[in-house]
Amino acid sequence: MRTFHIGGVHPPENKITASSKIIDVELPREVVVVFAQHIGAPASCIVKKGDHVERGAIVGQATGFVSANVHAPISGTVTKVDKVKGANGMPCDTITIASSDDDHENDLKAIREAKPIRSSDEIKALSAKDIIDIIDNAGIVGLGGATFPTKVKLCPPPGMAADVVVINAVECEPYLTNDHALMLECPDGILAGVEMLMRAANVDRAIIGIEANKANAISLLRQRISELGMNGISVMELMVKYPQGGEKQLIDAVLGKEVPSGALPISTGAIVQNVATAYAVYEAVTYGKPLVDRVVTVTGPSVERPGNYRATIGMPISELIALAGGVPTDTGKIILGGPMMGKTIVNIDAPTIKGVSGILMLPESMSARHPVEPCIRCAQCVSACPMGLEPYLLATLSRYSEWEDLEKEKVMNCVECGCCSFTCPSSRPLLDYIRLGKSTVGAAIRARQSQKK
Amino acid sequence: MNQILTISASPHLHTRRTVASCMWHVVVALLPALAASLYFFGVGAAIVVITAIAGCAAFEYIINRWMFHRPSTLLNGSAILTGLLLAFNLPSNLPVWIILIGCLVAIGIGKMSFGGLGCNIWNPALVGRVFLLISFPVQMTSWPLPIVNRWAYADASTGATTLGILKMGGDPASIDLWNSATGAMGGSLGEVSAIALIIGVIYLLAVRVITWHIPVAIVGTVALFTLCIGGNIAIELLSGGLLLGAFFMATDYVTSPMSHKGMLLYGAMIGIITVVIRQWGAYPEGMSFAILLMNSFVPLINRYIKPRKFGERGAGK
Amino acid sequence: MSIISAIIVLGGIGLLSAAILYVVSKRFFVKEDSRIALVEELLPGANCGSCGRSGCHDFACACATADSLDNLVCPGAGEEAMKKIADIVGLAPTASKPKVAVLHCYGTCANRPVMAEYDGPSSCAMLQTMGAGTTACPFGCLGCGDCVKACRFGAMHMDPVTGLPSIDPDKCTGCGACAKTCPRHIIELRDKGPRGMRVWVACSNKEKGAVAMKECSVACIGCGKCVKACPHEAVTVTDNLAYIDPAKCKLCRKCVLVCPKGAIHDSGFPMSAADMAALAERKRKEAEEKKASQSDSQPKD
Repeated sequence: MRTFHIGGVHPPENKITASSKIIDVELPREVVVVFAQHIGAPASCIVKKGDHVERGAIVGQATGFVSANVHAPISGTVTKVDKVKGANGMPCDTITIASSDDDHENDLKAIREAKPIRSSDEIKALSAKDIIDIIDNAGIVGLGGATFPTKVKLCPPPGMAADVVVINAVECEPYLTNDHALMLECPDGILAGVEMLMRAANVDRAIIGIEANKANAISLLRQRISELGMNGISVMELMVKYPQGGEKQLIDAVLGKEVPSGALPISTGAIVQNVATAYAVYEAVTYGKPLVDRVVTVTGPSVERPGNYRATIGMPISELIALAGGVPTDTGKIILGGPMMGKTIVNIDAPTIKGVSGILMLPESMSARHPVEPCIRCAQCVSACPMGLEPYLLATLSRYSEWEDLEKEKVMNCVECGCCSFTCPSSRPLLDYIRLGKSTVGAAIRARQSQKK
Repeated sequence: MNQILTISASPHLHTRRTVASCMWHVVVALLPALAASLYFFGVGAAIVVITAIAGCAAFEYIINRWMFHRPSTLLNGSAILTGLLLAFNLPSNLPVWIILIGCLVAIGIGKMSFGGLGCNIWNPALVGRVFLLISFPVQMTSWPLPIVNRWAYADASTGATTLGILKMGGDPASIDLWNSATGAMGGSLGEVSAIALIIGVIYLLAVRVITWHIPVAIVGTVALFTLCIGGNIAIELLSGGLLLGAFFMATDYVTSPMSHKGMLLYGAMIGIITVVIRQWGAYPEGMSFAILLMNSFVPLINRYIKPRKFGERGAGK
Repeated sequence: MSIISAIIVLGGIGLLSAAILYVVSKRFFVKEDSRIALVEELLPGANCGSCGRSGCHDFACACATADSLDNLVCPGAGEEAMKKIADIVGLAPTASKPKVAVLHCYGTCANRPVMAEYDGPSSCAMLQTMGAGTTACPFGCLGCGDCVKACRFGAMHMDPVTGLPSIDPDKCTGCGACAKTCPRHIIELRDKGPRGMRVWVACSNKEKGAVAMKECSVACIGCGKCVKACPHEAVTVTDNLAYIDPAKCKLCRKCVLVCPKGAIHDSGFPMSAADMAALAERKRKEAEEKKASQSDSQPKD
């Protein structure tokens, strides 16, 4: 079985929601739509207070190449165009849409009776550009958590060409099972989406990388591929190791190629897309449905009803938590995403956004950091770093503001996976310092580049 | 919801391993060798081990408490480990006062003068041992005979070590390899039983406290180099402090290199220096000197031997 | 005999070494402008970089070779020292107003509700990446003291009662290291003002009034009363936040009195704004009474 070659750790998996089905959450009556839901320029608002919008209509127009459209998740009236506090407590530009009873009924009816807008022949007739345009219009972004606009990845810079699509179904983060659940319930849609992505990228090969702890998903997808007679799509079983879901690590694991330092992943000829993104592409192409809902794993060791919920984007995080039984009393941290790379939040009334793959409530006893001890130079962090860096050195250089040495030691290669901090027996906050150094050095590099120009 | 949430940067999980657990794993790995030494050297071994551990623990506590004004670090087990390793490097008839001097040098000079755990350049136990070896050459090289001295301490009858016999021109054929493997021979109290040490290192590798790089590099280089100069590989490997040094002293976290490539170089150099001292040096045994010498080079090794970075292999495999 | 030979050998080595040292020091002597050392002596030696040079020595070198001191000002040395430096290098001194750091936040522990606990290394820069921080206000002081660590002159310390940095205006040289470090950019270098008197808005909150009020009890709510009260048009409100232009401010402190949230702070005045106002009121009344009594007495004439 293959895996990536350098470093990696084995955090306890704790996939407590692995066997639970996707639960469809009722359409909310009011949603808050954030305009900066993706990496890149925020979408610009094209509606005003009092406007009536239909479910799936564009409310935020992409600004620039690296940007994505934002759609109305429900039909209703725009009641507010305002700044609202996001999950991290910072104000962000939003609109609030409230639905009347009529709107609500219509939405439910539309969802229940969704019919394909394109027949399979029509879909086959679509060109690569057509598919990319549909993806662009539907505001699809990478649903693994990084929320990078999908269409940007499908349009490689001049001089580079893709030869394979790698589908990221690794889900290496502990606790999260949203991709797993999606694969078990919608294998056909995923495979159709993968085929569309292959055509959009103009390649004839796709590899779906899945970790061995999802054996039922692997066998199901393999079975469906052979039953549907899909040529070019294969499923690759990968060894369980964190951070295999990182783009560079996945390319290494699946293709045995390493993305050179500072280069784009496309330089290896691979386009990596998340499995949920593939499903979103399928929905957009077949049903004309933009990205207005996604599967969210709401979980935690002491959560009453952990599960995988298909949530409308824009509904408050607190509503999802309430469905899972509320915030347990012993909660120390609420994390958006997984425990290794997710971000802690302070405001649970904030709206959900496209990048929310999971809501994890960790008890205080598990999430509290241990007291920091002196570095005993055990080299565990060096062995664990999947990028072959020396975290102990980077953290120390950053702490003493040695920015130039930090750049020489390739701090910009860091993928912030957290293996170093996870593995340190002295519980040193290695990644905290490295991240600080990375942002400082990154700013210096950008300043230098803009000066040159 | 009225709870006050905690915010912090990712990752939010942490391995269960702590500094203390690493240290205690090594102590556990040394227990078979301790049992062997108690079997062969009896009371003397017990006295030396207890004195060394108590001495090291006491000095660390005193220095932390009254010189650094820091909280006690006894529970992380590093001082106890240093004491145990120091005792393993001493003959079982060493007077208590000499052991205490060794403890003071090991903890006081070898470790705390650099700032405590994690800051020292040289392996503290070896600093103590070499200090004693140079200062008290007679006491440090009178080796009690195994088994017959179980109930003797200061009045133990002594003999030469295997390496001493060889240095004096003894016949390698006269040495019983089985005795060398089990430990029924003269020597420092912890180094004699090769079998017990191997059990210990297998435990350390199994719980992933150490990696294979340093022990394999040392043992491999010694074997290869001995072969090249026409020595007896089995005797070289089984005698003296080679296995104790390769498994437990050279692998000390603080004083060994950070990258795997660096570890291999460090181990290989220790192996070469050891054989050179054994063959052509004035001392019959060179393991401790070799380790201390290479400890000095660790910062240099860390500076110039870096792990392979991701992406250096390039896109084309 | 052996003693003599030892003395000869050792003495010989000593003499030889001395000769080598002498030759080398003469041979490789670097001639440096003697004024550089004199200038450097007047500088604070903190290498803070606020002059735009890499350090105090670099600044001294630049002074010695410069044609004018227009762009060479060391805020740390002060005006007196700069005059002396100008004398040394024979150039005209540049007039500069002394600056001092002021904090645009007064969200003390008592004024701001705590929303979260922070678990990690104490660093504002790290906390900033995690969003609003531990309090409700996404604009105010993060309270980890990056500015205090940046200060080379010992002019700042974290006040354990307020949880905010406190600036000692006597020690502050206005080098700007703290302002550059602050990830929320809430420290401003302001003119020290005549006799250290200055008025500023101790808030950076750009939220609308209602939201700002929830976030901090002394937040500027952008009500604009200060704008109306100011007779010199020194106050402006942008993004729901007032700003007092130090160039226009005449230190009348009318704004301090009208601010409903107490967000406008003053310092260096001999009397508090309220006392001043009371005094002015009393004087005005007295004058009125006098005038009244005079006007009463007038008809008698």
